[in-house]
Amino acid sequence: MKREVQRKRMLSVAFALISIFYLFPVFVVLMNSFKSNGSINTETFAFPNESSFMGLQNYIKGMTFGNYPFFKSVFFSFFITVVSSALILLCCSMAAWYIARVGDKACNTVYYLCVFSMVVPFQMVMFTLSRTADKLALDTPWTIPVVYLGFGAGLAIFMFVGFVKSIPLEIEEAAAIDGCGPIRTFFMVVLPMLKPTLISVGVLEIMWVWNDYLLPYLVLDRNQYMTIPIHIQYLKGSYGTVDMGATMALILLSIVPVIIFYLICQKHIIKGVAAGAVKG
Amino acid sequence: MHLTALNSKLIRRPIQRYVWLFLLPTFAAFCIGFLYPFFKGFYLSFCKFRITKDATFTGFENYKSIFHDTSFLHAFWYTALFAAVSLIFINVFAFIIAYFLTQGIKGANLFRTVFFMPNLIGGIVLGYIWSMIFDGILIRYNTAVTLETKYGFWGLIILICWQQIGYMMIIYIAGLQAIPEDMMEAAEIDGASKWQKLWKITIPNMMPSFTICTFLSLTNGFKLYDQNLALTNGRPYIQEGGTVIKTTQMLALNIVDSFYSSLTNRGPGQAKAVVFFILVAGISIAQLTFTRRKEVQQ
Repeated sequence: MKREVQRKRMLSVAFALISIFYLFPVFVVLMNSFKSNGSINTETFAFPNESSFMGLQNYIKGMTFGNYPFFKSVFFSFFITVVSSALILLCCSMAAWYIARVGDKACNTVYYLCVFSMVVPFQMVMFTLSRTADKLALDTPWTIPVVYLGFGAGLAIFMFVGFVKSIPLEIEEAAAIDGCGPIRTFFMVVLPMLKPTLISVGVLEIMWVWNDYLLPYLVLDRNQYMTIPIHIQYLKGSYGTVDMGATMALILLSIVPVIIFYLICQKHIIKGVAAGAVKG
Repeated sequence: MHLTALNSKLIRRPIQRYVWLFLLPTFAAFCIGFLYPFFKGFYLSFCKFRITKDATFTGFENYKSIFHDTSFLHAFWYTALFAAVSLIFINVFAFIIAYFLTQGIKGANLFRTVFFMPNLIGGIVLGYIWSMIFDGILIRYNTAVTLETKYGFWGLIILICWQQIGYMMIIYIAGLQAIPEDMMEAAEIDGASKWQKLWKITIPNMMPSFTICTFLSLTNGFKLYDQNLALTNGRPYIQEGGTVIKTTQMLALNIVDSFYSSLTNRGPGQAKAVVFFILVAGISIAQLTFTRRKEVQQ
């Protein structure tokens, strides 16, 4: 028994060390965001010292670096993520309820098309999708959520239909007998019961849209609108000499909201990921 | 009979009257965002075109041309190799970590939080974080991650492990926690050793989780784009028989490249995309049938 306790303590220590090692890359970014360019390139892992410490200069430079204000990218990223995720949750839960409850031939066809869309990689549709989005004026941050709804509907509808089918019909029947119409039944009775699935799907959609690079890159009008991943790729990818310090500062700023989001909703994120993986 | 009739009158018909509200908006977006681009893209893979308007039908020309495209074939084999190697590393480490974290050690939740964290960082940002770290190490040997193919390959493996081990670990932990306690207790009473319990009880019970995780890491490996773009973007390039081979370029990147660098004909790019789709869909369908069969057996 004593050996067992000791073994567990050893394991804890070992994992603590591995965890520190695991967090090391983020720590290096934090450190380097305060260092001068030369020092980042030659002494990547050194602490900032008197000659290489830049204070907040990298952050100040980063704000307007690349002739595009960083806060605009942050705003567009936030806006697109929030609106797209909300739109997907609302529209797909409604569609899924309709599909599960009506269940005729048309519904089944739509359902199987949704399942099919889950196995199609984005490269298959990217060119025609970006042309279509262009033609229908869906190429702005205000309208791109429609594109996200269209391309992301498959997984969301699939997950919602699975859950709706497990809800007993009696509850909705009772509501109908009491004179509740479909709209009120959905919003007052069904939607509250869908809450766990709403959270799981919401987490998956937020993670997808926030980090997505290729779709907004191809769909949005690049001269006017950037999201955070596009902005960072633009700084690193298309410049002859890269300002490493400013880039590190912006990378750090782009990770911070993600980590805050993670620490707040950790339980839901892990549950959502597990649910999405098992089903998708 | 009576019940279904009642159900139909109470639930189905009233909902059906609201099809324009519940189903049609989402279906319209689905047509714009998926159905139309998919079928149009499929059609265009048989055409010569630069913009969608000037497409002329050429039959299987595009498909023939991509199988003579050395850069595409290189990208295919490179991707297959990468997917296989990353699959092994990710799953072995993820299972080991999940196994030890479910042994009731102190701080297991904290460690789980740490290991999952990289999963939330986007591919582009991940690529640049790691390219800085690799270059910081390699500069001491006067080289860089974009200068040698092997650095690009193993660099991307390390990156993808860092990102995805936490994700697979979550699935394995869920699987490990679902193993019935009484099975373990019975084995303990019969005097089974730790290894025997692991091989005879844990691993056979974990088969569904293994299937999910192997296929997930396989499809993720094949579809990898952002990380590949940000870490090396295909560098280093070599010349081979008049064509430029981007040695660390994977399939997805190769497809995007041939779309947006071709000024005359985007047909081959679209044909590559169709082949890519068939490949990825094939893997996913194999997973589905495989997991189904496993479920029946249990």
